Amino acid sequence: MSGLFTEAVLVATIAGGIRLAVPLLFASIGEMFGQRSGVLNLGVDGVMLLGAFGGYYTVLKTDNVWFGLLVGVGIGVVLGLVTAVMSVTLKAEQGISGIGVFLFGLGFSDLLFQMWVGTPLPIQAFPKVEIPGLSNIPFLGETLFSHSAVVYIAFAMVPLSMFIINQTNFGMKIRAVGENPEAADSLGVSVAGIRYATLIIGGTLAGVAGAALAIDLKIFQSNLTNAAGFIAIALVYFGAWRPLGVMGGALLYGFVNSIVLQLKTQGIIPRSWSDIAAMAPAVVTILALVVVAHRFKPPAALTKPFERAR
Amino acid sequence: MRRTYTWLVLLAAFALVVAACGGDDNAEATTTTSTPVTTETFRIAVVAPSAANDLAFTQSMIDSLNVIDGEMDLEIAVTDGMFVVEDAAAAIRDYADKGYDLVIAHGSQYGGSLAEIAPDFPDTSFAWGTAAETFGLPNVYSYQAASDQGGYVMGVLAAALSKTGTLGVVGPVEVGDAKLYVDGFAAGAKAEDPAIDVKIVYTGSFSDVALASETAQAHVTAGADVLTGSAQMVVGAIGVASTEGVAWFGTQANQTQIAPDVVVASQVYHWEGVLREIIAGVQSGTLGGEAYTIDLANGGEVIEYNPGYDLPADVKAKGDAAVAGIIDGSIVVGG
Repeated sequence: MSGLFTEAVLVATIAGGIRLAVPLLFASIGEMFGQRSGVLNLGVDGVMLLGAFGGYYTVLKTDNVWFGLLVGVGIGVVLGLVTAVMSVTLKAEQGISGIGVFLFGLGFSDLLFQMWVGTPLPIQAFPKVEIPGLSNIPFLGETLFSHSAVVYIAFAMVPLSMFIINQTNFGMKIRAVGENPEAADSLGVSVAGIRYATLIIGGTLAGVAGAALAIDLKIFQSNLTNAAGFIAIALVYFGAWRPLGVMGGALLYGFVNSIVLQLKTQGIIPRSWSDIAAMAPAVVTILALVVVAHRFKPPAALTKPFERAR
Repeated sequence: MRRTYTWLVLLAAFALVVAACGGDDNAEATTTTSTPVTTETFRIAVVAPSAANDLAFTQSMIDSLNVIDGEMDLEIAVTDGMFVVEDAAAAIRDYADKGYDLVIAHGSQYGGSLAEIAPDFPDTSFAWGTAAETFGLPNVYSYQAASDQGGYVMGVLAAALSKTGTLGVVGPVEVGDAKLYVDGFAAGAKAEDPAIDVKIVYTGSFSDVALASETAQAHVTAGADVLTGSAQMVVGAIGVASTEGVAWFGTQANQTQIAPDVVVASQVYHWEGVLREIIAGVQSGTLGGEAYTIDLANGGEVIEYNPGYDLPADVKAKGDAAVAGIIDGSIVVGG
């Protein structure tokens, strides 16, 4: 047990939890924008997978991690647009069309991987950025201020999205469209326009989440995300459609995973419990989600396509 | 609200199922065919769970088939990415229906399906593995790997190479081939250095690359300077080994090309010998009933060293001695 409380292990546990939370944070903040405007997008994992492959392949060919991240953005924008066409313009059943996008991303990312790459070869990772001054603080410096740049970008998304949703005219329109699209429409707000915008934001962040994951791991493999996109959707419910709550959920999931791994490594969780322990992050998150979901109301128009009254 | 809860429950259930299943691969099925058909051509079909170039379980079979493809007139059809057993069963039945001489169900999870399909095609030979069971059917062969033998050799090498006295193992789920390899590795390490600390973590998933990566990181933090692991998700762990500069031992296929700077050696499966015997059996009219095991003695398992890794001669000598000991029976692994 004493091995668990050495500084090195504590630093690794916290830093590992943060790393595991990053792709979830990007994807769930993006999904939150769509849901706040009334659209449930279940295709996040598929967009993440294509973003991951696009990012990986670009870095493999160019050795430029930022170009790889940019390709993740591009793929996310395109798939966000496709989702918007299906959910907003064609008014397709949101759950089913989202599953369609997921299956497309799962299959197509693997097909491209097999065709263009085949053997998983390693790529460059993001450079580590030590925040001047802060990274020298004992313990906190190593755990919080010694990560790759995408980690800081992911956490910067939290206050930025809070500002957009709560303080801007655009954010007010998102909330209005998600709660009462008829009223918003009668006041001249373009319900379709706002939903297109939020779904493109969501797609972009899902693409970034995938690219960030692949580049952080330095590798691509079939089904690389392992359903992280679905966890990200659950975290939006967990976070009660609020950026801080979503961040809390992503960190909880990351930390539970990281703590369980350290407990296994130190031999505190016996190997015979390994499979049960592996379910802990999902179980803890879903239990917390059930408790939270009872206390907060989702956006009133969530999953409902908007039909203008004649 | 009720509608939202319905979605919530569906979503949670779906996320859990997809995450928990993990599996070898959710790859898109791809089918490839080589060698034109002639009247004497021996036709082999392979149905496998993960990708044909996974640098692990499936690739070991495809590489072996490609070797014997040069020796005799073969037609080889591959359907990979058959993570879903029902899809694999349909593919197995389809190949049997098309009159292939030998249909290989390359995944122990396909056994139940094969036991139902094989009796419907008494003139077709089937092989499946890794397994020892032929279901008492006259047209089913089985094959397995004594992966604990190679694991033992890797353990000896790893313990001899380690300076910190701590080794890290990244396993998927504690079953089958992976468990056999990991147990062999731990036994070999303990035989070389009884005081060595072998930290074994099963992540609970065959496919969670991020978790494999974090597990490797946790091992390094705990002082491990040599790592190993089994299943397709280990590419994440190999990435960490490369970044941290710690040695890596591979299994199932040669993993040197993933990280040439840190991969010391890989236990590689060569199914050629088993395949030659099965093909000869089918051609002479014996369609099944035999169970084969590849090991170090029959050349089905080979320790392939990375020529680019500067392995001290005395450490390699210990590995060679372990191989010789297992082959001559002076070292008994598992049992």
